[in-house]
Amino acid sequence: MTYIAKRLLALIGIVLASSFAVFGGLYLAPGSPEQFLVQGRTVSAEVLASIREQYNLDDPFLVRYFSWVGNALQGNFGQSLANRQEVADLLASRLPTTIWLTVFAAVLIVLLGVGLGALAGLRPGALDNTVLFASNLGFAVPTFFAGLLLMSLFSVQLGWFPVFGSGSGEGIAGRITHLTLPALALALPSIAVVARITRTAVREERQSEHAQTARSRGVPERIVVPRHVIRNSLLPVTTVSGVHIAGLLAGAFVVESVFTLDGIGALLVTAIQQKDFAVVQAVALIMVVAFGVINLMVDLLYAVIDPRVRLGAAA
Amino acid sequence: MSRVPASERTPEVTGRNRKERKAAGRRKGLDGPLARICLGWLVLVALLAVVGPLITPFDPTEGNIVERYLAPGVEHWLGTDQAGRDLFARLATGARSTILAALAVAALTVLFGGSLALVAVWFGGRVDGVITRFLDFLFAFPNLLLAVLAVAIFGARVETAVVALSIGFAPYTARVIRSVALRERNLGYVRSAELQGISGLVITFRHLLPNVKQQILTGASINFGYAMIDLAALSYLGFGVQPPDADWGLMVSSGQASLLAGYPQESIYAGTCIVLTVAALGYLGEQLGGRRAAGRA
Repeated sequence: MTYIAKRLLALIGIVLASSFAVFGGLYLAPGSPEQFLVQGRTVSAEVLASIREQYNLDDPFLVRYFSWVGNALQGNFGQSLANRQEVADLLASRLPTTIWLTVFAAVLIVLLGVGLGALAGLRPGALDNTVLFASNLGFAVPTFFAGLLLMSLFSVQLGWFPVFGSGSGEGIAGRITHLTLPALALALPSIAVVARITRTAVREERQSEHAQTARSRGVPERIVVPRHVIRNSLLPVTTVSGVHIAGLLAGAFVVESVFTLDGIGALLVTAIQQKDFAVVQAVALIMVVAFGVINLMVDLLYAVIDPRVRLGAAA
Repeated sequence: MSRVPASERTPEVTGRNRKERKAAGRRKGLDGPLARICLGWLVLVALLAVVGPLITPFDPTEGNIVERYLAPGVEHWLGTDQAGRDLFARLATGARSTILAALAVAALTVLFGGSLALVAVWFGGRVDGVITRFLDFLFAFPNLLLAVLAVAIFGARVETAVVALSIGFAPYTARVIRSVALRERNLGYVRSAELQGISGLVITFRHLLPNVKQQILTGASINFGYAMIDLAALSYLGFGVQPPDADWGLMVSSGQASLLAGYPQESIYAGTCIVLTVAALGYLGEQLGGRRAAGRA
């Protein structure tokens, strides 16, 4: 329990520090927000002053930072400069797509990555070699290139999947058909790495003494494999899958841009192009928090998988 | 005079280690057919980058609109893109910028991560604590997010992306170098050199650095691959190399419309080059010492 509390405190500290870094960095960025608002038109000094007043641009840095943090804690991320919407509303409308996409990709990583890896580890030979070779190549495929190839093949030429859109408002089936290709593209490099790690772990565990002992006692292979081999090889697999799944959220913006999905990643990209810093800050903060929370959950999962892992002992 | 034996003894020890490690590397399969194919591809890419732009008569950024979408042929070896620009010229100049940028990231990562780690190890105690905290803080940022934020602050340029990615990669390298150097730091010979009054800088460079060289090199080769993918993604989004300059990531993106319209050359060439180069480097790096040496499981 103290371990969890300690980790949570550290996470809060890191989130605070990064919120300060992000806010401070964007504060120092060249080009002022009101310049964006007037968009090159010549306006009187009074108008500029009223804009600065409206967005509290004249307050000292620390005052602005703390009021931003205070508001953010209450779910108020300010107003988007680009389309005059509340950032919180914008996020709320965009988040579902990103969450669907990353959860879908995470499921693919676990199913295909662990599945293929375990299969390769259990059946040496042609299958093993194929998986090994494919994983060597797969980790090198950039997600945007994979996305582009999948889109061109399955959406444009074969017409199996829709080319654009995220399927929001079309129910679960709509979501799944719209997000299959993006999720596959996003998950591909991670599937390759996870398959690789799983294969190695399973191979090592198969030859381990406890598995041999179980076999020599006459325990059939169909019990040795799930109980002794798979379960013991899960620990390194969890580490790597966790790292990759945590990274999905931050990698999603590339894939969201390829497929023009309405997720928070694509929102981040357009916000940066438009210098809409209220949105950039909010999305960055959400990504850092999610990254930290998923990493923490993975660490807690260790104890569930392997009761020998005593939390806090290794940290 | 008492210093001489100390400094003479260590190079001998590391020298033997190095030879052993090299032999081990050879045994582990840098000789295999796949390793040769990988090496061959990397040599080819290096040649393309160095010699390619010199032997093509075409300008990578200027094209003849009448000659758009030409198939590969005698004049245009790889054909032309939607603006009639020669694809071989673009691929070759693109190789230059792509490889140079990724090399810069790999080198800067070693510089940032390595110096942080060595300073932390040498001074230990509070300095180590502060540096470890700082690295934890950097770990909290996904690399691409860090790079994109840097672009938001400093504008969309390759230099920004390169520096930001190096900072994002640095903690992984630092963690590995720190753990190896820490083990070395507590060995008798370092202690005795310290007692003899040899300065920390000299010991670090002469004794600690040679001992972590292996980790640094494998780490750098794996990071080079990751850098290439991330830089390509940034260029694809318009946050890295700016058009009309040629870059492999940018070529995938500028060929996107053509690909979907049925002229896949540009995207496919550039994308395939990225995949094969990263895969070759990854395979060789793995044979040399594994992903663990890059601090990425």
